[in-house]
Amino acid sequence: MSVPVLSAHNIGKSYGSGANRFDALKGVSLDIQAGESVAIVGKSGSGKSTLMHLLALLDDPDSGSLLVEGTDARKLKGKEVNRLRNQDFGFVFQQFFLTANATVLDNVVLPLKIAGVPPRERKARGMAALEQLELADKAKNKAINLSGGQKQRAVIARALVNNPKVIFADEPTGNLDTATGAVVEDILFALNKDKGITLIIVTHDIELAARCDRQIFIRDGLEDTTESGASRKRHAGAHAGAHA
Amino acid sequence: MKFIDIVKTAIANSFRSKLRTGLTVIAIFIGAFTLTITSGIGTGVTSYIDTQVSAIGAADVLTVSKAADSTSSTTDGPAAYDPSKATTVSLGNGSRPGTTIQALTARDLTKIEKTSGILGVDPSVRVTPDYIEYDGKGKFEIIVNATATLTKADLAAGSQLSNASTADQILLPTTYLKNLGFPSAKAAVGRTVSIGITDYTGAQQTVKATVVGVQNETILGVGAGLNQTLTDTLHAIEVTGAPAGATDSYATATAHFDVTSTPAEITAIKDDLTKQGYASQTVADQIGSFQTVINVIIGVLNAFAVIALIAAGFGIINTLLMSVQERTREIGLMKAMGMNGGRVYTLFSTEAVFIGFLGSALGALAAVGVGSLVSNILADGVFSALPGLQVVQFAPSSIAIIIGVVMLIAFLAGTLPARAAARQNPIDALRYE
Repeated sequence: MSVPVLSAHNIGKSYGSGANRFDALKGVSLDIQAGESVAIVGKSGSGKSTLMHLLALLDDPDSGSLLVEGTDARKLKGKEVNRLRNQDFGFVFQQFFLTANATVLDNVVLPLKIAGVPPRERKARGMAALEQLELADKAKNKAINLSGGQKQRAVIARALVNNPKVIFADEPTGNLDTATGAVVEDILFALNKDKGITLIIVTHDIELAARCDRQIFIRDGLEDTTESGASRKRHAGAHAGAHA
Repeated sequence: MKFIDIVKTAIANSFRSKLRTGLTVIAIFIGAFTLTITSGIGTGVTSYIDTQVSAIGAADVLTVSKAADSTSSTTDGPAAYDPSKATTVSLGNGSRPGTTIQALTARDLTKIEKTSGILGVDPSVRVTPDYIEYDGKGKFEIIVNATATLTKADLAAGSQLSNASTADQILLPTTYLKNLGFPSAKAAVGRTVSIGITDYTGAQQTVKATVVGVQNETILGVGAGLNQTLTDTLHAIEVTGAPAGATDSYATATAHFDVTSTPAEITAIKDDLTKQGYASQTVADQIGSFQTVINVIIGVLNAFAVIALIAAGFGIINTLLMSVQERTREIGLMKAMGMNGGRVYTLFSTEAVFIGFLGSALGALAAVGVGSLVSNILADGVFSALPGLQVVQFAPSSIAIIIGVVMLIAFLAGTLPARAAARQNPIDALRYE
């Protein structure tokens, strides 16, 4: 088996100190292979978002270790972490985080701007990403004037613009109605299948989670192995059925 | 992120909240406007004084008079009569009406001349010629500029008066040309004019003098300048037929010293003269005290402008802190996307500097516009009697310095909010509601 893209060993994270200390994550281990689609499932407050933040190197774990393509994340310098987040990771958030008064194109090319890509190339790549998500005609519109589904597609275009290896999606359909949500889901899974982009989706939506290759259930800061195991079995069964 | 993108983004960000940025810019505008105007007045007045009296022109000259007599104070009553003392003479033009000072006598002149460091002394004689005439084109009254030999004239044509020359030389003000019948300043140079003067017995005599130059009118004396030779010639005629000793007293004398003297040596000469009971001033002293007053006034005005700018600096801090607060999520997003803290810091600092630049550039521009306008109106109105006076003048270098200083203040004001932005944790920022 090849080196996992991300590999967590017993990672934990707590916030506050003393009496206010709150252990958000109490030790979770997992491996994520390149090209997989993984759902991190749990109720709100279960620690699933914290786990995603740690995997995305947005936060440092208090205990345990995290390997990025075999390298210990603690050994990475700030510059390398920034490069990794900028070029290898793409982020899709429930709340979109689009700059309201900037154009859709400007929003989409933000990662390229941070990377220092020259304006001409930025525009070409931004337009290509928008084209892919059928938003090219909205490129000059202000982000605030888009519908919810269009906003989420713009966010996916932004996550995609740097040709990342991994896309982290935090409740990507949380703010969308069922029909639009389904479209966004289809786009994400198409990217996973066609481009081999690793997909890590944080969600409490069981149906969305079921579409992923694998589900990791988080409860009270720990992996709920019975649930995860059951889903693994279901998954394996489904595969077996399909091949039968 | 490339620097040019940071600058572009910072500029775009500062225009996002137009009202807030606008108000901060107004605060800076007021400070920069005031600072530019006051520095403009400083430049204008100083350059006017400099052109009017090239102060350095007569660096080797002391104006000497008798020191005010300490014994004749109001409480002690009149001092005892001293037959060796000269009678008082009234000071002319420029002094308080009715004021008198002790006159210098021939004996005083000898004493002054003997003072070490003094090369020569000339009594300041005041000659009052009756008329001036050129080529029979009519006689006109002539006013003699008493300080002409002490200062370098602001020339319109020709050259300066030479005290060393044995020729009778005259320097005409531009205002005399038309009446005397000269078509231009250049045409007057080298021509001979006749000066009429009445002697002690009442007989009128004529003296020929060569026009060596034409000078723009100055504050330090309107009228024609005469060189020492011409003054002496005219004085000799004025006292012709006078009884001996009748005209032997002078209000002031001009003492010459070595032009290479150091300030310490000049001070020593002045101290020496003070000990002997004479008050002395160099031209630099006279003009220097005037400039000191102006510099103090301008300094005070500048201090007010700087206070305004410091207040504006807090405006910048406030504006940017609100901006950082508002854009917490955006900062978090940028950091999540791999923008490092240094760049975030630069982004907000640049925004502060841009706001500073906007305020100061607009302020300076408005000040130049308003200042020039007011200055021109004043030059044609209140100050029309002082040709060449532009009260407000702008030196590009000082405007550049003002804009630079304001941008520096803005940068310093921006450090606090920029640091707050740079230190934000992407996770906290993204969670921020």
